[in-house]
Amino acid sequence: MPFGSREFVLSEVAGAGSDVLQVLADTASDGLGWANGSAAHTRRRTWLDTFDWLLHRAGLTLEQVASGGRVELVLTGRNGEVLATEQPPAGRRLSWPRLVSELPDGPLRARLQPVAGVRALLPVARAVSKVGELHAVNSDAKTVARLAVDRMAVTFPAKATAPARLTVAPVRGYQSQADKVGRVIAAMPGVRADNGSLLEAALAAVGRQVGDLPGKPTGVHLTSSMPAATAMAAILTALLDVIEANVPGTVKDIDTEFLHDLRVAVRWTRSALKLCGSALPAGLASAYRPEFRWLGDLTTPARDLDVYLLGYPGMAAGLVGAAEGDLIPFREQLERSRADAQRRLTAGLRSARFGRLRIGWRAALADVRPARRRPTVGQLADARITAAHRQALRTGGHITASSPAQSLHDLRKRCKELRYLVEMFGSLHDPRQRSQAVRELKALQDCLGEFQDAEVQRNEIRAFAGQMLEQHTAPAETLLAMGEIAASMAQRQIMARAQFEGRFADFAGPASQARLAALARTAAG
Amino acid sequence: MKILATYNIKGGVGKTATAVNLGYLAARDGYRVLLWDLDPQGAASFLFRIKPRVKGGGKALIRGRRAIDDAIKGTDYDRLDLLPADFTYRNLDLVLDAAKQPARRLASLLAPLRAEYDAIVLDCPPSISLLSESVLHAADLLLVPLIPTTLSVRTLDQLTNFVAGFNGHRPVILAFFSMIDRRKRLHLQIAQDLPAQRSDIAATAIPALSIIEQMSVNRAPVTAFAPRSVAARQYRALWQEARARAALGEPSRATG
Repeated sequence: MPFGSREFVLSEVAGAGSDVLQVLADTASDGLGWANGSAAHTRRRTWLDTFDWLLHRAGLTLEQVASGGRVELVLTGRNGEVLATEQPPAGRRLSWPRLVSELPDGPLRARLQPVAGVRALLPVARAVSKVGELHAVNSDAKTVARLAVDRMAVTFPAKATAPARLTVAPVRGYQSQADKVGRVIAAMPGVRADNGSLLEAALAAVGRQVGDLPGKPTGVHLTSSMPAATAMAAILTALLDVIEANVPGTVKDIDTEFLHDLRVAVRWTRSALKLCGSALPAGLASAYRPEFRWLGDLTTPARDLDVYLLGYPGMAAGLVGAAEGDLIPFREQLERSRADAQRRLTAGLRSARFGRLRIGWRAALADVRPARRRPTVGQLADARITAAHRQALRTGGHITASSPAQSLHDLRKRCKELRYLVEMFGSLHDPRQRSQAVRELKALQDCLGEFQDAEVQRNEIRAFAGQMLEQHTAPAETLLAMGEIAASMAQRQIMARAQFEGRFADFAGPASQARLAALARTAAG
Repeated sequence: MKILATYNIKGGVGKTATAVNLGYLAARDGYRVLLWDLDPQGAASFLFRIKPRVKGGGKALIRGRRAIDDAIKGTDYDRLDLLPADFTYRNLDLVLDAAKQPARRLASLLAPLRAEYDAIVLDCPPSISLLSESVLHAADLLLVPLIPTTLSVRTLDQLTNFVAGFNGHRPVILAFFSMIDRRKRLHLQIAQDLPAQRSDIAATAIPALSIIEQMSVNRAPVTAFAPRSVAARQYRALWQEARARAALGEPSRATG
């Protein structure tokens, strides 16, 4: 939609199609005339975004438009202004999903890369339109505005016919005349101005909305007097929605973030069952905890290898003694291992066990009823946040410079549990207090995460080196380069460890303690 | 972005027809094009049915008081915009004279349009003036229509010598024979012989054809309203030569 355009929705009264152009063409208007636009034609659109709508959240709309043998990718901003376009090679429609890094090099890719990152672009809607055109002309027979009636049949995510839309697009420098055309149209019966985008109209036709996401646990609205069992069932159902929504993308291996988001939802579920499972009917948490542990373990190898491969360019570029090319056999080994891990993961996600888990868990959560002697979710949140906070302080307080790596790992897990609780019960808290508490917690977690990731990767690279040596797939220069990476990871660990004391002191400081205590109190209501 | 300019000291040699048709052909090929009608007579503006009027006149544009952006009008053709003529352009020399570095003023005015356009076509008025000097400094390719006469070729040599004296940026000169009268032996002889002898003269020539004159009746480029005509074919061939000589790459992907 060009900048300064006006959009109208046409009802049946107005002719719901090209007929409205005929009505207009017969309408006399002071100083304005009409001329035929290009012949009626078909336009195929595919709107693209990441699974989590990163483009939409950044105010961007990306569509692939095919019309009259011409294919174009068009990126527009909040006001419909064109930010970048790209014509795919050989004029062919590109297949989706695809990563931004797989788009042709150019301004469009440059615009999208920082927004989409590692997420793939995939179709969020498809539609085929019959487009009729009419031009509004001035007394010199100069086109001042282009009118297009778009009769759109949505073909994805479901089939539906959208109400016909009329767009009045000004020719540059003729905005006032185009506005006049807009006023003529607005006065016609059965015409309604509409500020929404074509994508919004396409999704609305199939009962969806731009930015639709599967349930977010933080999006579950809680009140402190709500029975804890009901609240936990709602949170866990939302988490199951996230898990299920990310399964297809994980199985198809569309991008690494499907697996990541699936794992995060599994971790939240496990923590919720561990820390708040007592609020659920007796036996429910203990029945499902092993199943979610199995699911978590199933996803670990593929994710660990994803982390390695995502960090590979940085690792290779950071080599000082070795050349980047020396690492290629290592990358190939990682890719082979990743492919194996993906196969095992896919088999697990297609297994009867996972099917039973999904169906059984959803049914069990739907059956949850508040117990007679019920705690409220506010009381539950207060008790659990207070306990998790104490536990984290105690674990961290025992850590000294000579403590083993495992003790930092244990603290990391306690901090994660505390953060999940704070976020899970987020709607009970003052948003400002909560954000500040999460920020402080995150600072400590980042340091612990850096330490632990480097620890895991350092151990893994040693294991990979042994394996590759055994299989005769690692020349000496590759092993040397891997050694250099292991050394740089050890260096990262040392730095993280050096930061730890300060970060923990902030977390354990009176301001932070008071904030978390206040959070727990507000949760209790 | 490349800047192409149609230039000749003489009037009525086909500068505007060339600017209008090459601008249209470039846009049709997918380039984002701005045509600046610098001639106060406003012929190019007339051909695109756009009123030859700029708020604040040429003075406002050259002094940068009014953003060029505000004055640009869309033509009836995709990707082709026009910066209209204005009768005050007749005084552009005076305005330029008062500006800093007048000979380079046009180049600096056009530089911000780099992100928006792939090509800018300047349709110059017939003169030797400060304005034409500023155009010569701004242009990457100078398209010089020549009536095939000995005197015209002499004028081309003068222009070439003048441009050769520039420090730094110098435009590539591509002359071409225009308004060839097939009944005149001298026209045919010169148009046939010289392109083979001189690399600065295009192989394509534009004959004098009534359909080109009909542009003012149709108020559209001949390449748009009579795309199968001999004239349109010749302009397409000239565009291909100009595009290659200007080293204009593939139509770029738009960036905002």
